[in-house]
Amino acid sequence: MSVTHDQMMQELDERPFLQRLGAFEWIWALLVVAGSIYAWWHYHTLMDGYEVAILAGTAIALVAWGWCWKPVRPYTLAVTAISLFAVWLYGTDIGARDSNFFLKYLIASQSAIMWMSALYVLATLTYFFATFTRSEFSGKVATAMTWSATVMGTVGLMVRWRESYLVNADFGHIPVSNLYEVFILFAVITALLYLFYERKYQTRALGGFVLLVISAAVAFLLWYSFDRGAHEIEPLVPALQSYWMKIHVPANFVGYGAFALAAMVGVAYLIRNAQEQRNPQAASGSVLPSLEMLDDVMYKSIALGFAFFTVATILGALWAAEAWGGYWSWDPKETWALIVWLNYAAWLHMRLTKGWRGAPMAWWAIVGLFITLFAFLGVNMFLSGLHSYGEL
Amino acid sequence: MNSPAQRNIPSRGTILLEFLGSMNLAITLLVTVAVASVVGTVLQQNQPYQDYIIKFGPFWHEVFKSLGLYDVYAAGWFLVILAFLVISTSVCIYRNAPNMVREMRQFRTRVQAVSLRNMHQVQEWHADVPVDALEPRYRAWLRQHGYKTRSADHDDHRLIAAKKGSWNRLGYIFTHTAIVVICLGGLVDGQLPVRVKEMLGQIQPETRDIPASQVPEISWLPEGNPSFRGNVTIPEGGRAGIAFLQLRDGYLVQPLPFTIELKDFRIEHYVTGQPKSFESDLVIHDPEREQPVEATIAVNHPLIYEGYAIYQASFDDGGSGLSLTAWPLSHPTLDTQKVETAVFESLEVETPAGRQTLEFESFRPFNVNPAPEDSDKQFQNFGPSFTYKLRNAQGEAREYENYMLPVELEGRKFFLSGVRENPNQPFFYLHIPADPAGSPQRFLAFNALLRDEARVREIAAETVRQTFSELRLQEPGMVEEVTATMGRLVRMFARGGFDGIVEQVEATVPEDRRMQVIDAYMKVLRNILSALYAEVLRAEGVDISEGISERDSRFYEDTLNAVTALPLYGSPFFLQLESFEQVQASGLQITRSPGKSVVYLGFTLLMIGVFMMFYVRQRRIWVWLQPQLEQTQVILAGSGERDRRDFEREFTQLYQGIRRAGESG
Ligand code: HEM
Repeated sequence: MSVTHDQMMQELDERPFLQRLGAFEWIWALLVVAGSIYAWWHYHTLMDGYEVAILAGTAIALVAWGWCWKPVRPYTLAVTAISLFAVWLYGTDIGARDSNFFLKYLIASQSAIMWMSALYVLATLTYFFATFTRSEFSGKVATAMTWSATVMGTVGLMVRWRESYLVNADFGHIPVSNLYEVFILFAVITALLYLFYERKYQTRALGGFVLLVISAAVAFLLWYSFDRGAHEIEPLVPALQSYWMKIHVPANFVGYGAFALAAMVGVAYLIRNAQEQRNPQAASGSVLPSLEMLDDVMYKSIALGFAFFTVATILGALWAAEAWGGYWSWDPKETWALIVWLNYAAWLHMRLTKGWRGAPMAWWAIVGLFITLFAFLGVNMFLSGLHSYGEL
Repeated sequence: MNSPAQRNIPSRGTILLEFLGSMNLAITLLVTVAVASVVGTVLQQNQPYQDYIIKFGPFWHEVFKSLGLYDVYAAGWFLVILAFLVISTSVCIYRNAPNMVREMRQFRTRVQAVSLRNMHQVQEWHADVPVDALEPRYRAWLRQHGYKTRSADHDDHRLIAAKKGSWNRLGYIFTHTAIVVICLGGLVDGQLPVRVKEMLGQIQPETRDIPASQVPEISWLPEGNPSFRGNVTIPEGGRAGIAFLQLRDGYLVQPLPFTIELKDFRIEHYVTGQPKSFESDLVIHDPEREQPVEATIAVNHPLIYEGYAIYQASFDDGGSGLSLTAWPLSHPTLDTQKVETAVFESLEVETPAGRQTLEFESFRPFNVNPAPEDSDKQFQNFGPSFTYKLRNAQGEAREYENYMLPVELEGRKFFLSGVRENPNQPFFYLHIPADPAGSPQRFLAFNALLRDEARVREIAAETVRQTFSELRLQEPGMVEEVTATMGRLVRMFARGGFDGIVEQVEATVPEDRRMQVIDAYMKVLRNILSALYAEVLRAEGVDISEGISERDSRFYEDTLNAVTALPLYGSPFFLQLESFEQVQASGLQITRSPGKSVVYLGFTLLMIGVFMMFYVRQRRIWVWLQPQLEQTQVILAGSGERDRRDFEREFTQLYQGIRRAGESG
């Protein structure tokens, strides 16, 4: 197993966590805090107490995230810089997205999302190419593409947030309110999770697999916006006008993203497993990581997803209690969240207490993705209920 | 070595406990609950039985009903599965928790060297420092790295036992306790008392649509009912002291210890016409209080009053007043009538087709639709509309939707009236052209004239006479005949439109001559129709001596189209909304859920527990120190059961760190 020098140094550092933080860490924290205070100062008249708390919480989380995982810093800074540039270009005129060169071709939300889409698809191909040709350089290119796509996707969301206010001050809302918007969120979060594991486990062999799901999401997104005009910014129905949306939806998508990642690792597991069964010798030369490691990533990812999904479902219940008059109504979306949750609870028990490993667990993780997909997409499409975003 | 007889034979209780707390049962239950839950999402729950019968037929309806599939989550079998899950989880906690708590506390300072050497991670080395000097250094290092330590002297060696992340076990206890707590709390709020009473036959849902005051005693719940979830709709200015609970195909009435008055209801809209917010100004009149309590609620901002939560759930019409004019369509002899009514009222009307009932259903003050492409605006307001049903003696109803103001389409204005035979269909719209005065009068006058056979005959005769004299024809018999044909064609047209005439020809004329006959008929018909139209214009005072203006001839075409569509419209009159007085109503949801705080406690436990279980890592480290002259033999061993891979790396670091700690100083 190869471990970077950087990582070695970090791990061998024996000082307690806070003392280990250097100047850059503190500058980072300062930047985040300053940015958040600026945002608060600028917008506090529009925010209620909960939203201020969410802003503060986001700032703390972002500082901690940047301390624990360094790439967060350049990522966040790039997103902030580009988004602010776009906001500045816009001024107060939504029409600028058709007249300004930068906005029109690069960073208006629609354009940024097109860039994101193209880059994710290219990255998928590049990852596979890099894996099969064992080309270190192509691998790095793929990683860079994935990061760029992720930056563009996040910029797309940020700018869309602003655009929603420009289209009509009444419409303004955080862009996590409909399927189109959450698909972008899904792509971005899944990519970030993947990039985290890529660095942690020092392997790019899983990139193609994970990005395959993201590419599928991108395909859906493109169809959805070209065929259905889903990218149009719509006002929020009263039920969604709540600070709960700001935390419930992102928490959910960490869950969905992690489950998707686990399933794709499961696919890689099954391929490697088949290779080993066919020819135990050849397996050592496989381009895929060892079964043990794949199993480990799959477990960690499902655990992460489960934890966030638990929180998200609970937040959803708390929200429902406030908006619909009951924390649990057996609404189809709620019920499917429960089904997803129970499914992964069973998976975790199977692995942890019965010690199941191997192909069945990988298959189960893949089936889990379909269950998740139904909860995420199928319910909105096929079943009626309070989550159809049409009522009230 | 043990003979079977000597072995402890487990008692029945133990076997049962073993079974209930077994992992296999737990996993089976988790999956079963998941699968059972699917049923309730695929089959729409708690719909009127009538809908299910239509969908599944009477046989399957009975089967599904008896299986409780229409209300799965309250069905006995579903609750039994949930109960098993709760019991299984409880037994699991009961069996594991004591051990876990003990293990959390224990340091395990009695471990043999052999066991240490058998552990996954082991290192052995010789340190040049004596045990007494080494021990404090190692312990300090471990403490600095988050371990709790304890050491024990044994005969020939000293053992430092260290551990961290014991909270992981607490995570297990929290998570699993949370499941039990949440389910119990949910049970309290799950309308259990109501279900039990229903099973005992003490209450029975009311299925008729009648005022609450007429609902018999057996469908009323006691005022003190601790948990329920009901709805009530209050019109502006109205009051309610009850809520309705939906129960399968009926409802129960829940009296409240106070009355709710709706002072005002406000609804704001986006420019798109979608609702942006709704708010109700409520006044709670509680006999226990001197002063009424005032509050404003909105979606996502409920009022909690004395344990009762009042939510803004929906809105409706509160019985808006409608002033209508009924214009006869099919029989010119009927009178035009003024009607004063209101939404939710119904009226008996005598029509040529027998006695029918008009049921007024809803009113909308405006209708915003996307504007046509060429317009500079994004949205277009079609103005007020109302809907009603026209029910015949057999009980069959058609639903109508009429707009108050003429709507502009392609530069002309029309009164729109939609009709459909069942609620799943889209409306088919009758386009009644609006005359220059912006009223349906001219169309109605033309339509009436069309059906006035005597007048048609007069005008036809006049037209024929005129045409004949222009052509200098002298055939009195022909005049009679053509006039009669014209009258007949107009009658056919009035009854079935152009299609009616075509059908008539197809039924009576041989195929090879049909086209010719149709052509001839249409010419004749056009002739008389335009004469009728000219008559209408003349009566209106329009000067047509210079010919008919383009606008009026457009109107004529639109009128013919509308007449052609009348047979499909199927109503003997057209109801025009003259004015209205809107009354809104607010839909409130009122709940009482004492189990909520219990459930929230469970939620808290669950969230903390899950993160503790996954992210607090359990580690145990042992350092075996055995004096060897001035030196010490060290065995360092560790276990991190859950994540061996990570622990392996951690242990390498730990080994290097601790070894260095021993050497320095
Ligand atoms: C709805 C019900 C349940 C849920 C949501 C649930 C959830 C969980 C979760 C998330 C874990 C952690 C898995 C991991 O760390 O990878 C776990 C562990 C465990 N569960 Fe459950 N569980 C449930 C019911 C049960 C039942 C009925 C039993 C009894 C047989 C049980 C026994 C255990 C055991 C023994 C562990 C391992 C604890 C450890 O060694 O740390 N669970 N459970």
